[in-house]
Amino acid sequence: MEEKDKENNGSSGGTTRRQFLGQVGLAGAGLQLAPLLAKATGILPDNEALPIEPITVNIMINGSQKTLTIDTRVTLLDALREKLMMTGTKKGCDHGQCGACTVLVDGRRINSCLHLAAMCEGSEVTTIEGLAKGDDLHPMQAAFLKHDGFQCGYCTPGQICSAVGLVKEGRAKTDAEIRELMSGNICRCGAYQNILAAIKEVQNA
Amino acid sequence: MEPFRFVKAQDNLAAIRAAGINQAKFIAGGTNMLDLMKLNIETPKQVVDINKLSLYKIEELQNGGIRIGALVKNSDLSYNPYIIKNFPVLSEALLSGASPQLRNMATTGGNLMQRTRCPYFYNTDFACNKRVPGSGCAAITGYNRMNAILGTSDKCIATHPSDMCVAMAALGAIIHVQGPKGSRAIPFADFHLLPGQTPHIEHNLKQDELITHVEIPALPFAVKSYYLKVRDRASYEFALASAAVALDIQNGTINGARVALGGVGTKPWRSLEAERALIGAPANAQTYRTAANAALAEAKPHKDNAFKIELAKRTLVRALTTVEGMS
Ligand SMILES: Cc1cc2nc3c(=O)[nH]c(=O)nc-3n(C[C@H](O)[C@H](O)[C@H](O)COP(=O)(O)OP(=O)(O)OC[C@H]3O[C@@H](n4cnc5c(N)ncnc54)[C@H](O)[C@@H]3O)c2cc1C
Ligand code: SF4
Ligand code: FES
Ligand code: FES
Repeated sequence: MEEKDKENNGSSGGTTRRQFLGQVGLAGAGLQLAPLLAKATGILPDNEALPIEPITVNIMINGSQKTLTIDTRVTLLDALREKLMMTGTKKGCDHGQCGACTVLVDGRRINSCLHLAAMCEGSEVTTIEGLAKGDDLHPMQAAFLKHDGFQCGYCTPGQICSAVGLVKEGRAKTDAEIRELMSGNICRCGAYQNILAAIKEVQNA
Repeated sequence: MEPFRFVKAQDNLAAIRAAGINQAKFIAGGTNMLDLMKLNIETPKQVVDINKLSLYKIEELQNGGIRIGALVKNSDLSYNPYIIKNFPVLSEALLSGASPQLRNMATTGGNLMQRTRCPYFYNTDFACNKRVPGSGCAAITGYNRMNAILGTSDKCIATHPSDMCVAMAALGAIIHVQGPKGSRAIPFADFHLLPGQTPHIEHNLKQDELITHVEIPALPFAVKSYYLKVRDRASYEFALASAAVALDIQNGTINGARVALGGVGTKPWRSLEAERALIGAPANAQTYRTAANAALAEAKPHKDNAFKIELAKRTLVRALTTVEGMS
């Protein structure tokens, strides 16, 4: 490696054997290796006897308390859709890249596909199903209808939850700012112009 | 996703202890961990949720610096008034990254530790030395338009994807960590590692060391600082090239300069070469071009990314020109 690189930007990891053991060896270490590893790194072997058990979580969803016993791997999105049969929240990419799964957790918009349900203990979750009061649509829902803020509608629950979060944050003033702060929601149908109009109407109301 | 045991840590020590078990991993926002776990690129046996820990504070320090808790959300950090006023480059870098939803989840510690977005690292059908040590590098011979031109090795040419880290590199941040044997401070430049022959070793943190906070030392001239990110679409996209700069210009002469580049390096890339070319020189276009040439002098292009050399230079010149305009 160049001396120059070192001065600016440090070194690579190849230098210490301890790190090498710590990071590579662990992945494939057999059981006999475990005590040796523990000595070199301080990392204890996994207690294989400790079972991986389902987990129980209490989540307030749209104002009603839910207790779920679920596999630790279940995301908030899958808990909503597959366990609670609340299919309003959509799965687009499942990797944080589209915004279809946007819900509000403790008032803030997040991607429910990258959030473990197990991490929601004690949280308050609002989904698209929780925005209307009975038959009275939430102003954002009404504005999306009025301005035709969708075509196929698949991205719409995420767009609406995200827009509700955006208005609450209160940071987007200009059209450009609204567009930037709605950039986490992709619409394959390209309803952006009408979504913008809907959001502006709610902001100005 | 592989099955895992879920542990919610109640305090730092409990978290550190729980992470000291074979194949344990912390989870904070989860935006990188879960993404990679769904693809079986990360396969922890024990996931340690650290969100209960008291690491949410942003504290102004007596000397003008700032101390940022590891769990501070990227959105909260980006909108912090003290950061906006004194370290605008950091706020701008954060706001240029990901989406509002992701920034509401992503944490300071998680952002420091996020892994590369190299498409071959993400696809388990391809050889990748970072994912499977010794398996080869599909990017070197494959489509490498997004890959790095600085700090590469014959084993890996992946970029470090973070925007926040580029600003922190320029600001000379210090990362504070706690392990079973106590705490230590790691200068930013030493935190991330070059790929060298071991691209799977990406940072200087042990498995059971917890990032507790990040300190940004006082840098008065950082009130005039700026982050410029160039990418394939206007938002919600990683950088092709980016620049974090701060300039101290007195009577037309540059007295102090900080420069770091993103999107081009295998780690957040502080350029002392560019800083040297700037300090003491007149604040003008020619100086900026000289600095940009110095920053990219060692750049090594691959088949599809030679364009990044000129792009990074122009990005840096534009950023420096913008900061001069603030004076
Ligand atoms: C679609 C998409 C687009 C994105 N675009 C951008 C972008 O443009 N620019 C950008 O910079 N980033 C971008 N990101 C990445 C995002 O910024 C990171 O995923 C995020 O910062 C990770 O933080 P987290 O808290 O969610 O980390 P997690 O996913 O919880 O954890 C990531 C890693 O950090 C470790 N970790 C977390 N906290 C600690 C701690 N306190 N101590 C020790 N280890 C810890 C975990 O063990 C894990 O290895 C994007 C992500 C997605 C999904
Ligand atoms: S560049 Fe690095 S991360 Fe990408 S395929 Fe090669 S080894 Fe893997
Ligand atoms: S499904 Fe969550 S962002 Fe696409
Ligand atoms: S309305 Fe079809 S994806 Fe947005």
